[in-house]
Amino acid sequence: MSTTTLKPTPPAACKDRSQERQKEMIAAHFQRLARAPETGQKNVYTFVPGNLTELLLAFDALPVLPEINALQSAMRGKSREYIALAEKLGHSEDVCSYVKCDVGMLRSGNVGPTGERLPRPDLLLLSYTGCFTFMKWFEILRQEYGTPTVMLHVPYQGGGKPTIEMRDYVVAQLKKKVIPALEKATGKQYDEDRLKELLARSAKAEEDLTWVLSTAKHKPSPIDAYFGAVYYVGPIFSSFRGTQDAVDYYRMLREEVAERLEKGLGPVTPDGQATKERYRLVVEGPPNWTSFREFWQMFASEGAVVVNSTYTKVGGVYDDGFRHDPDHPLETLANYCLGCYTNLDLPTRVDKLVGYVQDYEADGLLINSVKSCDSFSAGQLAILRAVEERTGKPGGFIESDLVDPRFFSAANIKNRVESFLQMIEQKRGGGA
Amino acid sequence: MKYCVGIDLGSTTTKAVVVDLDGLVLGRGITNSRSNYDVACQVALAEALNSTRFGRIAGELEREGAGSAERTQLLAALEQGFREQQYRAQLALLDAALRRAVSERGEAHQAAGPDAEKLAASDALGAAVQSILERMTREAGELFAPGSKRKSDFFRDLAGSRYLAIAEGLAKKKKLPFDALAGFYDKAILEVEAEPADPTAFGRHALAAARTLVASQGAHAESFRQAIERAVESPLEEAASVGTGYGRARLPFPRERIRSEILCHGLGAHAMFPGTRTVLDIGGQDTKAIQVDDKGIVTSFQMNDRCAAGCGRYLGYIADEMNLGLHELGPMACESKRAVRINSTCTVFAGAELRERLSLGEKREDILAGLHRAIVLRAMSLLARSGGVKSEFTFTGGVAKNPAAVDALKGLVKENYGEVALNISPDSIYTGALGAALFAQRLAHGEDQSGLDEAVLAKPKKAKAGSGA
Amino acid sequence: MIAPQHSKDPAPRGNGSSGGGACSSGCGCGSGASSTGSKEAPANLATLVEKAEELARDWRLDAVRAWKARTKGIAVGYLPVWAPRELLHAMGVLPVGVMGAGDDLEIIRGDAYYQSYICHLPRSVIELGLNGALDCLDGMLFPATCDVIRNLSGVWKLSFRGKLSFYLDVPQDFERELGGQFLRQTLLELAHELETRGARKLDMGALARSIRLFDENRALVRQLYTLRRDEPWRVLTSELYPVLRAGLVQPVEEHNELLAAYLDLVRSATERRPLDQARVVVSGSFCEQPPLSLLKTLERGGCSIVDDDFVQITRWITSDVDQPHNTGKDALDWLVNSFLSDSTDSPVRYCAKGRKGDDLVRRVRASRAEGVLLCAPSFCDPALLDQPMLQDALDAAKIPWTNFKYAENTGQFQVIREQAGTFADSIKLWSEA
Repeated sequence: MSTTTLKPTPPAACKDRSQERQKEMIAAHFQRLARAPETGQKNVYTFVPGNLTELLLAFDALPVLPEINALQSAMRGKSREYIALAEKLGHSEDVCSYVKCDVGMLRSGNVGPTGERLPRPDLLLLSYTGCFTFMKWFEILRQEYGTPTVMLHVPYQGGGKPTIEMRDYVVAQLKKKVIPALEKATGKQYDEDRLKELLARSAKAEEDLTWVLSTAKHKPSPIDAYFGAVYYVGPIFSSFRGTQDAVDYYRMLREEVAERLEKGLGPVTPDGQATKERYRLVVEGPPNWTSFREFWQMFASEGAVVVNSTYTKVGGVYDDGFRHDPDHPLETLANYCLGCYTNLDLPTRVDKLVGYVQDYEADGLLINSVKSCDSFSAGQLAILRAVEERTGKPGGFIESDLVDPRFFSAANIKNRVESFLQMIEQKRGGGA
Repeated sequence: MKYCVGIDLGSTTTKAVVVDLDGLVLGRGITNSRSNYDVACQVALAEALNSTRFGRIAGELEREGAGSAERTQLLAALEQGFREQQYRAQLALLDAALRRAVSERGEAHQAAGPDAEKLAASDALGAAVQSILERMTREAGELFAPGSKRKSDFFRDLAGSRYLAIAEGLAKKKKLPFDALAGFYDKAILEVEAEPADPTAFGRHALAAARTLVASQGAHAESFRQAIERAVESPLEEAASVGTGYGRARLPFPRERIRSEILCHGLGAHAMFPGTRTVLDIGGQDTKAIQVDDKGIVTSFQMNDRCAAGCGRYLGYIADEMNLGLHELGPMACESKRAVRINSTCTVFAGAELRERLSLGEKREDILAGLHRAIVLRAMSLLARSGGVKSEFTFTGGVAKNPAAVDALKGLVKENYGEVALNISPDSIYTGALGAALFAQRLAHGEDQSGLDEAVLAKPKKAKAGSGA
Repeated sequence: MIAPQHSKDPAPRGNGSSGGGACSSGCGCGSGASSTGSKEAPANLATLVEKAEELARDWRLDAVRAWKARTKGIAVGYLPVWAPRELLHAMGVLPVGVMGAGDDLEIIRGDAYYQSYICHLPRSVIELGLNGALDCLDGMLFPATCDVIRNLSGVWKLSFRGKLSFYLDVPQDFERELGGQFLRQTLLELAHELETRGARKLDMGALARSIRLFDENRALVRQLYTLRRDEPWRVLTSELYPVLRAGLVQPVEEHNELLAAYLDLVRSATERRPLDQARVVVSGSFCEQPPLSLLKTLERGGCSIVDDDFVQITRWITSDVDQPHNTGKDALDWLVNSFLSDSTDSPVRYCAKGRKGDDLVRRVRASRAEGVLLCAPSFCDPALLDQPMLQDALDAAKIPWTNFKYAENTGQFQVIREQAGTFADSIKLWSEA
């Protein structure tokens, strides 16, 4: 759920070409948004899980993703003041910090991650997938902006799998609600052929991304599939799925990773090229964004490499073979929405994590439990126990938050991370 | 002889345990933690080495034919004498620091301009401080006389309580500002505590104590004195050291010689009670639930989150609120016949909860029993999170000394997990340090293959056996 | 002034009237999960309230166990805020509201499942599952309320294998051919699950009859709410609340009797006299339920509650399901249609029309309340995220409000008492000025 290449210092030592490319893509996107009031290009606010980027692009609408703006605000050190402002306006300390950060940003002039002002939404597309807070969030934004809002209710996979009825329900809403709302907001006709072209490009990019993420099966892994991979999923989870830009970016990324793989190199970390892979971890839960670099360093400095993560599946699960299918455009969008990680039930999440630990030969599962996100966090302790039981590998548990710096206690987290890694070491060697 | 040391730097106290190369405990030392971590560790180590040497003196005395009762008596007297000597030496340091503090204040006043009244007041304060110190020095013998009780052996507490008590009386009598007198102490004690431990101190103090002592031993006097001298002079050489603790990010140890406190606690508890499978540690700042296997290796652990609810600190707030000493809470709670149900263990609301209950006419002991149960309930959750309670179950940390907490824990464990053997060691405060010492012992034997010396990105550091803590 | 709305046309409607009537659980009770238990209502108000309080505190589900022993029927639990009790009843299943354990139970293992920043309800529900209190339930329904309850359905599946754990997704689209179709499918799927676990086959005639029983229940509750609105000194919320909660563990037939008896008793309670208290609406307590002591605290603090969202399921559907304009091919359609178009406004329901807070302002006006207590459980995302919008709406309407948080096991009310007392006093001063 991230395009984290803007202000945060990217791995400095060897900046990849793909990273430069991504940066340019994002800068151009935000420029288009900033110029929208003059160019008249329409924009649609929506969410990362279950985002309908191809559909929006088929209407020439620019997507705006408030979650990404919130995490970018955190990485730019702005979230503390934004959250404080929202709390002053009556929001509780207890609730989601993404929402508060967004409200604070909006009330502070709506300046986006590149320092340019974001346009008012022409439409709020409430893709209600895998998170109840999304509904509250856009009710709040609707109240702020007074703009039209369209709800797309994506049912939860409570029974462990999507049903035909669920898919039909989503498709029917797309036809009867979402598409008409987009037509009205943009003044353009729905063009299914155009959507098909976009979906075909999505599938290409998805193929390359999936390949990149799967390289972590190698030892040593050429990538960090959590801290590093939040950069990789940026374009496809946000505004670029379906574009030629995304196809090119993922091809470039694939080539770079292939090269690292061939040379037997590990991932690039904030401290430079990792030289030794001492621990292979699977991580569940979103990262902390206020101290992202410091958080990453806690792992990198110990030689801990993340070989798979669930966070990199929030904007789409591709490792089970799903690709957008241009031959069934609306059905494929519905299936995509239904399959996002936070829309899976807990037993399915456990199955996935067990598979990750086993297939990627990880030493253990680490859960970063974030206060803001009940969708991820509620039940994670039961998940931890189930995965430990089924894999026989140790589990670790740390607590932080998405963008509220008050909930990142570096000493506490470092303590737990180190204890967890030493526990792995001790179990492995039976020694000290 | 060679020894290995483990040091546990805690939020309130720093502990050191010294073991021999076979892992046998030779000595333990404890001191209050302070802003200078280096010194805290040094002092704890020095104390542990002192206790090691007392052990050696006992051995030498036995060799000289001293009987068991005689040895006990001799050692007790020797230790008392030693403590008194140590106290006097630190009083001297305090004296010097206080003089500096007084004169600095005087200079500050002078710089502010010639004000006769202020100067006179300054002189009066200086004189008062001197008379306090003189009286403390006079009383030193009494403080360490046989049978005397001391609430704490940390110099800060010991000297502080005397200084402030005398200062209060003096301030009243001479109409001097008590705050100013107390301020001098607060400043001076920091200096004293920053003073590094003197490695030759043990020899000097022990021998001085021995001299006054052996005079009364008649025929054996000379052989005893020689035994003590031998013990004092035989060299102790550090083979390896490992640090752990809450402040371990700032421990004065190289990275490869630092172990997580969780691992140290697990191993330490295993060493104390080899049957241990579950460890609960309730300290001042955090609570840990740890599961270990039959070798003392940690298999899972849980810690409390950033909220201090359910930690020892909660009891601290309650004690403050009730104007009681921390150690008085447990015994008072044990008098309860009917514990009050308390749902909130929020430290912030502890005072409010207490006052409300008292205003409702609840008995103090019943409220206290409820509060103890409430914090143990929090620990029960962490235990459940970490995998439950398995036999044997070892309880460590400061709260393990609290009888009401122990009672509540016993009851709840029985209710939820059936009969489980519960271990509490009188030395439980040293559990983490003991685990660290045993990790150090493995380092000394080259068994530690954790390979932290091959640190990935940081510059490689080689573990150096034998370097000082 | 209060119409006896619970005498309804007994003629069956819809096309599913055939085949109903025989109770397969063999209890001789006629159709539906009704009771053979004591029909005698306590004659005395205090006795009745005491009985209701006992049932409200019945987290061990003794009443459900007794019902099962009597009827050999099956019982299924549901969490807040809405569940198709009518459908369960029609299939011979006793619907049982699982609202946690209030302040009666120490939570030990339940806490092991949840981080400190998650509300209290799921902890006590897990604790009840682990301590055996819910063993008498043959399944659990987890309605789409929030992410915590949603994920609790998964924790349930991981922890209590073999038992029915049904995630009851409800539509956030309210058109018949979209959300309605989805809800109908979901309910049929639920019916199928229940059938495979021994429930009677879903029969539309039986469903129509069950709907009427619940319509009667809703009508009685509405009468009580109307009476409390008009004469709050007669219907104390600290009584009404346990009387409503009793219905969570009672068969609807028995609960209807309890409600009717309570209504009669308070109507004729001549010793009750008007009180000089501030009239307030309580909002935000729709899911995790407040402890009874909290309501008593508010009353003692000088507040008369004249509208609220406690035990929301008793008033989720705001009028009768069975009424002439509610058309559809069968009784299931009536239920679906009522859910779509006659549900109460709630933070867990998408506000598709109008502005957030309009409904609260309307309720304040309708109940002639002088102020609002925004009273939400700690860490309740739906309630707390709504609050700023509700506050804005109240401010715009010049309605005073105050807010505080609770947990189902809150045991300390000093601060709330102070706050409610000050609020009540200031309202009175303000309205006199």
